[in-house]
This record gives sequence, C-alpha cells and structure tokens, in this order.
Amino acid sequence: MFADYTTSELMSIFAMQGFAGLILFSVFVLMALGLAIIFGQMGVINMAHGEFMILGAYITYLTSNVFADYMPNLFGAYFFIAMILAFIAAGALGMLVEWAMIRHLYHRPLDTLLATWGLSLILQQCYRTIFGAREVGVTLPDWLMGSFQLTDIIEVPINGIFVMTLAVGISVAIAALMYKSRWGIQVRSVVQNRPMAGAVGINTARVDRLTFGLGCGIAGVAGSAFTMIGSTGPTSGQLYIVDTFLVVVFGGAASLLGTIASAFTISQAQSTMEFFLSGSMAKVLTLLFVVFILMLRPQGLFSLKVRR
Amino acid sequence: MGTLKNAQAGLGGRLPSLMKGIASAVAGATMVLSAAVNAAPATSEVNTTGLAVTDDTVTVGILHSVTGTMAISETGSVQAEKLAIEQINAMGGVLGRQIEYVQEDGASDWPTFAEKSRKLLLQDKVATVFGCWTSASRKAVLPVFEQYNGMLYYPTFYEGLEQSPNVIYTGQEATQQILAGIDWVTKEKGAKTFYLLGSDYIWPRTSNKIARKHIEKLGLKVVGEDYYPLGHTQFNSIINKFKLKKPDVIFASVVGGSNVAFYKQLKAAGIDMTKEKPLVLTISVTEDEILGIGGENIEGAYASMKYFQSLTNDNNQAFVKAFKERWGDDIVIGDVTQAAYLGPWLWKAAVEKAGSFDVDKVREASPGIELTTAPEGYVKVHPNHHLWSKTRIGNAKTDGQYEIVYETDELIEPDPFPEGYQ
Repeated sequence: MFADYTTSELMSIFAMQGFAGLILFSVFVLMALGLAIIFGQMGVINMAHGEFMILGAYITYLTSNVFADYMPNLFGAYFFIAMILAFIAAGALGMLVEWAMIRHLYHRPLDTLLATWGLSLILQQCYRTIFGAREVGVTLPDWLMGSFQLTDIIEVPINGIFVMTLAVGISVAIAALMYKSRWGIQVRSVVQNRPMAGAVGINTARVDRLTFGLGCGIAGVAGSAFTMIGSTGPTSGQLYIVDTFLVVVFGGAASLLGTIASAFTISQAQSTMEFFLSGSMAKVLTLLFVVFILMLRPQGLFSLKVRR
Repeated sequence: MGTLKNAQAGLGGRLPSLMKGIASAVAGATMVLSAAVNAAPATSEVNTTGLAVTDDTVTVGILHSVTGTMAISETGSVQAEKLAIEQINAMGGVLGRQIEYVQEDGASDWPTFAEKSRKLLLQDKVATVFGCWTSASRKAVLPVFEQYNGMLYYPTFYEGLEQSPNVIYTGQEATQQILAGIDWVTKEKGAKTFYLLGSDYIWPRTSNKIARKHIEKLGLKVVGEDYYPLGHTQFNSIINKFKLKKPDVIFASVVGGSNVAFYKQLKAAGIDMTKEKPLVLTISVTEDEILGIGGENIEGAYASMKYFQSLTNDNNQAFVKAFKERWGDDIVIGDVTQAAYLGPWLWKAAVEKAGSFDVDKVREASPGIELTTAPEGYVKVHPNHHLWSKTRIGNAKTDGQYEIVYETDELIEPDPFPEGYQ
C-alpha cells in the first residue's frame, strides 16, 4: 500500500492525514465533552445528546437568518452570537429536562436510558414539525470558508482551525471550572459521595441541575460549530451519537482527561487507516481496536478511583 | 320527530335510492348532474377482483416515510403524488371515478413498510400504491405485492437488477443515469481518470460497478474507489486522496446527511468545483439535497439525472407553477419528486387503456403507455416496467438550481439487467 507513493508524497500524506486527524480529534472532543460531563459526573446515559447538538445547529440557522435579514453588515460576526445563544438554549432545555424527568430517575440508570431515548424521538419530531422534514442550509460567513495553502499538496481549511481552537478553548474552560472553581469542587464532591456532600451543606439537587445544563449547553455549542462541516436536519443528531459514546466509554466514563486521550487515539487511528484502506474498513478496524482495548480494560483508558 | 329522523338517515345515505331521490330537490338535481357526467362503466365491469372501487370513487394508497430519517427525501414524493391525484380528480378522475387516497407512514423502517403495504392491499383493498423510496423499503414490500398481486409505482432512481410484474419503476435504473453521464464527461471534458466515491450500501456499490465497467470499456482509468458508512461526517481523508491522485473526475454517489458534510468539506479544503479540476459528477444530489448543502457549497458540480426543475419545456413550467401554488413558493423539485408525479398519471393512462382497475389488466396494458404531458418531456413504459427517458447533465448554481448543459438526443432504453455489468 505504500509502494504507490514516492517518499516526499508519503511525507505529505502523513502531514495531511495528521492534520485531518487533528480536526477529527477536535470534532470528537467537542461532541464528547458535554456527554462526558453528564455521563461521567452524573452517571446519566443521555441518549438525546445528539438532539441537544442539533438544537444548537437550528439556533445557528435561525441566528444566521435574523442577521441576514436585519443586520447584513454584521453577518460576519453572527457565528459567535449564535454559539452563545446555542449554549443558552441547549443549557436551558437541559435544565428543564433534568427538572422534569431526569431527577426522578437517578437511581434507575436503565430507565434513564429509555427515557432519554424517548426524549430524543420527541425532540426529533418537534424539529420536524417546526423546521420541516428537509435539511436546512446554514450560510456561513465568508471568512470561515476557504483554506491556507501551505505547500503544493498540503492545504489547511480555516473552519478546521476554528473547530480546533474552539475545542481547545472549551476544554480549558471546563478543566478550569471543574478543578479551580468552587462549583467544580461541589460537583466532584457530589460525584464522590452524595450523602456526605449533602451533609456539609451542598445543595446536591441544584448541582445536578447545573451540571446537566452545562453538559447540554456544550452540546449546543458543538452543534452550532458542526453546521460548518455537517448537515442540519431533524435526525442529524443521530449521526454523532455512536461516535460520542464510543469516545466517552473508551476514555473511561468519569475522566475528562480520558475523554481527550480517547478522542485523540480514535481520531488518529481512524484518519490514518482511512487513507490506506477504504473508509468503511477503517471504521471496522477502529471499532475492533476499541473492543479489544475495552476487553483488557473494561473501565476505559483512564478511570478515577471512586468510593461507591 | 319521526320525519326528521328519516331525513337525517337520508342524508347519511342509508335510505334506498328511490326515497333518496325524492328526499330533496337539491339532492335530486345533484344526482341527475352526476349521472350526466358519469358516462362511467359499471363497477362490476371495471372491478372484478374486489378492489375498493365504488360507482364514483376509487381508492389508492400512498406509502412513504413522513417520519424518521427518510422523511427528508420522501416528503417531496408525497407532495407530488397528492398533486397529481388532485389534478386528475379535477379533470374528472379515472374511468369517471374520483381518486381517494389512504396514506400510510413507513416511518423509515423497512418492516413497517411491509406491514403497511399488507394493510393497504388486504384491508383497504387499494387499486394501486404509490410509494417507497429506498431500495431497502422496496425489497421489503416486494414479497407482499407479489403475494397479494398489488401494483406499486416506485419513483426513485435505483440500482436496477430487478424487474417485478407488480412494480412500475418510474425512476431511472442505474445504466440510464450513469452511462450517458460518463460518455458526456469523457467526450465534452476530455476526462481520462476517475475517482469513484459512494456511501456504503447497495445502490452506490452497484452504480460504481457499472461505472467502472463502462470507464474501463472506454479505455480510461479508475484511479480510486472508496466507500464510507451511511451517515459518515468526516471526509478530510478522502479529500486528501483526491489531492494526491488528481483524478479528472470525482464520480460521487454519497447520500443523506453525509452529502452535506462532503460538499462543505470539499469547499473548505480549497477545491473550487467551478474550475472543474477535478470535475465533480454526482448521481445523488438533486435540488432537494442542495437545500441542505447550500448552493454556495456545491456550485460548479455536475449532476446526471433525467429531470431538473430548470427544464424550460411547457409541461414543466406548468408543473412547477402548479407545484408551487399547492405547496408553497420556496419549495424545490428534484428528480425523484418528478418521477413520483408521473406515477398517478401513468396509472390513470394504463387503467383507461385497460378499461379496468383489475391489477392484471392494468399490468397488461402498461407496456407502451406514453405520457406526452410529463414534466421531463415524454416518457414511455418499456415491457420491462421501466421508463424510456432522456438523461440530462446539470451544472449546479449558487441559487440551488441546475443549469442544463446537455441532454441526450434520444430516449435511453431502460436496461435493468445490463450484460457484463454484474
């Protein structure tokens, strides 16, 4: 498989594929962070994660329409506003869902799985009713389209760099929030020992609600960013859900660092194999590899020692 | 009180026709009027197999997904079929009978399609069914239609290799779409090398098999062939491969949500399709899909289809106008939507030629049926139940429409079992 290429071409291939892998890595991180918070910190399997992402995408679509109609000269900047709105909308919906549904099911993980799956179907049908069954096209500001030409073959898409920056930014923000802020300490203490956390005066119900809202809000931002690379339709969220769970479970459910490490491993493995094998085969091998590792380490790559 | 009750019963249609006639002057007048219009043959003559046909109505079925993943694509077909049925009814119906439809939802789930088709045929006794979109759904309902001898009008372009006595295929089979497209791109654009790309399921794989055979028969070269799982959203690797292998033509049959990701990423990676280096030739992007992709992301790509909304013939202009009046101004019409629109008209023509709603007689009458009013121009049913139709090449514009750059001179004969291509 290497024989078809010259050495300099091979170098370019690895450079390009490495970069393609980095973009894939950022996409995985963005997809998985929200879920890692919800699944990892709260133990809730949120099957509606993809639908929260698509909510963000639809918010972006609406924002772009509003800007195009009323503020065409500010169109270049709409994307930032859209991401903030997406975070607020998805986060608010997340808190509502936590209040109405999830909090009644904390001790019944399998029921949560079914209930959130039902929620995903309900949300899909809502999108279909409101926005129509067809996909909508989100117009991007011009500065997000196009690419830098590095060498003859290597070209770097601008929206790839944007997604990478966003992924790094959000990861850093979440890490700071979790490990440096008072709220982060509360979240971690609730995860480690709920009755004790309650006994020292932490309002565990409120912490739960905010955690769930934060996870959903990040999903919304991810969905907003993905309008650059993917489709926006009622069922588009389904395209991401399998990969998202794969990344989170492989990384070790309760560890943010694990999520990032696992996203990196999977994305690099997949994009390198994609080049030399067919796309479907690369996916098969990636999944086999993940299954194999999980057989050796059922708790995932990284795991926290938690007193149960 | 008693009289009032009788009158109500009369309105409900439960009284014998003699009493109904004298029940009110208005009702009497309507009956005379409808008797005059209905020079229709007796129901016992046109329906010998117990279908849902009355003296003034005939019931048909519409079976598409209006929920689930496929709703994106199938909505247009439902709209087209309803429009055709309404237009036929406004013209006086079929054999003097108004068409009524029972609509069922396949819900993007193939077993549901089979179950609903059984319900339509056995319980509703529909005279025919317009429906299905994916090959998987068609394969699921096929045994049902063959067992209970129903008739299905199937609108989607598909991979061929099938010919059922119980299906009329109003879309193109693979050779009709692919061969003319490849011939055009080699002749007009001087293409020498091809890269075949598709989603990983039967239609793209069969299409690419046919494309590869044809390309190699022309003495040209396929430099790569690749498939991605349905719903795949990351195409950076394949774009890198294009950059290395530098094919003249990217022959793409990516479907669904993947389509949007593919074209957006192609554009973002700096491949300007209007420069035609490489040229993108697709068989899976209609005007419907461009709505989701965004015209600016696919500008310059070529599509090989039998129908584009921008066709300028009179039939099509009337069709587009009627479609927009019925379903809204901002709607677009793709290849499959037009093919779905043909279904009711072809069925009407066959029923009238047969003088009967019986499925066997309609089947016998179907080959040779011509439609001069088709939006795509003119179509004719081949004895193999597919349509003779022209192949056209369109060039995508930023407004989401295709500009037609080429059209075959002759109708292309449908050939669902191409020799040497399997």
